[in-house]
Amino acid sequence: MSVLLEIQGLHKRFDATEVLKGVDCSVAQGEVVSIIGSSGSGKTTLLRCINMLEDFQDGRILLDGEEIGYDTRDGRRRRKPEREIARQRALTGMAFQQFNLFPHLTAAGNVMLGLIKTKRMAKEAAHQLALHWLERVGLADRADRYPGQLSGGQQQRVAIARAIAMQPKLMLFDEVTSALDPELVGEVLQVIKGLAADGMTMILVTHEMRFAFEVSSRVIFMNGGVIGEEGDPKTMFVAPKTERLAEFLKTSSFN
Amino acid sequence: MGYTLNFAAVWRGLEQLLQGLALSLALAIAAILIGAVLGLALAFALKSKSPWFNRPATVYVTIIRNLPILVLILFAYFALPQMGIALGKIESFVATLAIYSTAYLAEVFRAGLQTIPRGLTEAGLAIGLTNGQIRRSIIIPLMLRNALPSLSSTLISLFKDTSLAAAISVPELTFEARKINVETFRVIETWIVASMLYVATCSVIAALLRIVERRLAIPR
Ligand SMILES: Nc1ncnc2c1ncn2[C@@H]1O[C@H](COP(=O)(O)OP(=O)(O)O)[C@@H](O)[C@H]1O
Ligand SMILES: [Mg+2]
Repeated sequence: MSVLLEIQGLHKRFDATEVLKGVDCSVAQGEVVSIIGSSGSGKTTLLRCINMLEDFQDGRILLDGEEIGYDTRDGRRRRKPEREIARQRALTGMAFQQFNLFPHLTAAGNVMLGLIKTKRMAKEAAHQLALHWLERVGLADRADRYPGQLSGGQQQRVAIARAIAMQPKLMLFDEVTSALDPELVGEVLQVIKGLAADGMTMILVTHEMRFAFEVSSRVIFMNGGVIGEEGDPKTMFVAPKTERLAEFLKTSSFN
Repeated sequence: MGYTLNFAAVWRGLEQLLQGLALSLALAIAAILIGAVLGLALAFALKSKSPWFNRPATVYVTIIRNLPILVLILFAYFALPQMGIALGKIESFVATLAIYSTAYLAEVFRAGLQTIPRGLTEAGLAIGLTNGQIRRSIIIPLMLRNALPSLSSTLISLFKDTSLAAAISVPELTFEARKINVETFRVIETWIVASMLYVATCSVIAALLRIVERRLAIPR
C-alpha cells in the first residue's frame, strides 16, 4: 500500500503552550485510522493542522508527496500563499463536531458551494452532483431543506456529503457524533462505515470505542500531545501495551 | 387664536415640495450607497485582530459618532474651501452624509458579524474557499440578515438627516418647505404637509425593508 499521508515531527504551540510535541505518523491509501485519547490530548489540533486550519511551528505534513502549508527553501520555512493553501485544503475533507452547515443555503446549496467556487463547476452540473452525494448519505429527498429544518443526524450527513463531494484524497472526522442525540448517532456512523467500505482513506477522532474497534484498520492513542501508542484495533483494545492506554480504556465506555 | 387653516396655498406648492422630497431621497440613497460599501470594509476592519486595521477603524467611528452631523456639514461646506477643497452644495452634503453613514453602518454591520460562528468560516476553508469567497458567499449574506432589523432604523435616521442640508441651502424637502412658508405665510399648513411627507416616506422605507427581511428569512 502506498503512503498517502506522512507527518514528521509535528510541533504546534498556542502562544507559549505546546499542544503537539512531536507527532510522527503515516497513513496508507485506503486506511481507516481512528484517533482516541482523553480530552485535551491534541486530537482536534492534529486534524486541524493536517487541513491547515491551524498553522504549526515545526515539522512537515506530506499529502500524496506534496508538502502541506509550508515551503522550505534555503533552510527557511515559509507559509505558502493563501491561494495555494486553499487549494491544498480542498485535498482533504473535514467533518466537524458542530456540523457547521451554512444556514442560509439548502442541503444541496451547501454541497454545491465548494463545487461551484473551488471546482469552478457550472451551477446545473453542481446541482446534479450535489444530488448524487446527498443520495449517497441517504438524503436525496432532503435536498431542498435548510439546515434549520433538518435533525442533527441529517445535518451531519449533509456536512459529510459537502466534504466528500469535493472528492478529497483524505477525509478527517472530528468527533462527528458527539453533538448528536444518542438515537441519531447510528445513522451517521452507518454513512462513515459505507465510505470506509468504498475504500476512502480517513482519519477519525472518536469517543465511540465500539465503532473505532469495528471500522478502523489502525488505532492511534494520543496522550499529552504525542502518540502514546498505536496498533491494530484488536491489540490496542484487548492488550494495551502502555499503562496510560489501559487507564484510558478503563475510563471510557466500550458500548 | 384667529388662525384659520387654509391648505390651498400649500397645495399649489406641492409639486415644489415633492421635488424637494425627491432630492432628499436622492441625497440619502447616494450617501447610503457610498456609506454601505465603506461601512462594510470598516466593519471588517473593526473586527480584525490586527491593530493596523482595528485601531484606525475604531478612531474613525468614535470621532464621527461624537460629532453632531450639522457641525460636519458646516465644516465641509464652509471650512474645507478655505483649505482648498471646494465642492458644490450637493456634492459637499452627499460626501458629508456618506462619511457620517459609514460610521453608523459600520457599527450595524459589525453587530451583524458578531454572532456568526467561526466554524462557518472554517467549514468554508475546509472545502477550499478563499477568505474572499467566504466573505462574499457566507459571511456577508448572513451578516445582512442579522443586521436588517437595526439597519431599518439606521437608514430612516440617515434619510431624516438629509433635512439638515437645508442649512447650506440644498433645495431638499425642508428647504423647499421653508421657502413656501416664507412665500405664503401659511406656517402651520406648510410644516404639517412637510411633516406628513417625511412620515409617509419613512413608513415606506420601513415597509420595504420588512419585505426584504421576510424575503431573506431562512426557513426553519
Ligand atoms: N485556539 C486555542 N488556543 C489555545 N489553546 C488551545 C486552542 N485550541 C486548543 N487548545 C489547547 O490545546 C490542547 C489540545 O486541544 P485539542 O486538540 O482540542 O484536544 P482534544 O481534541 O484531544 O480534546 C488543549 O489543552 C486545549 O486547551
Ligand atoms: Mg477535540
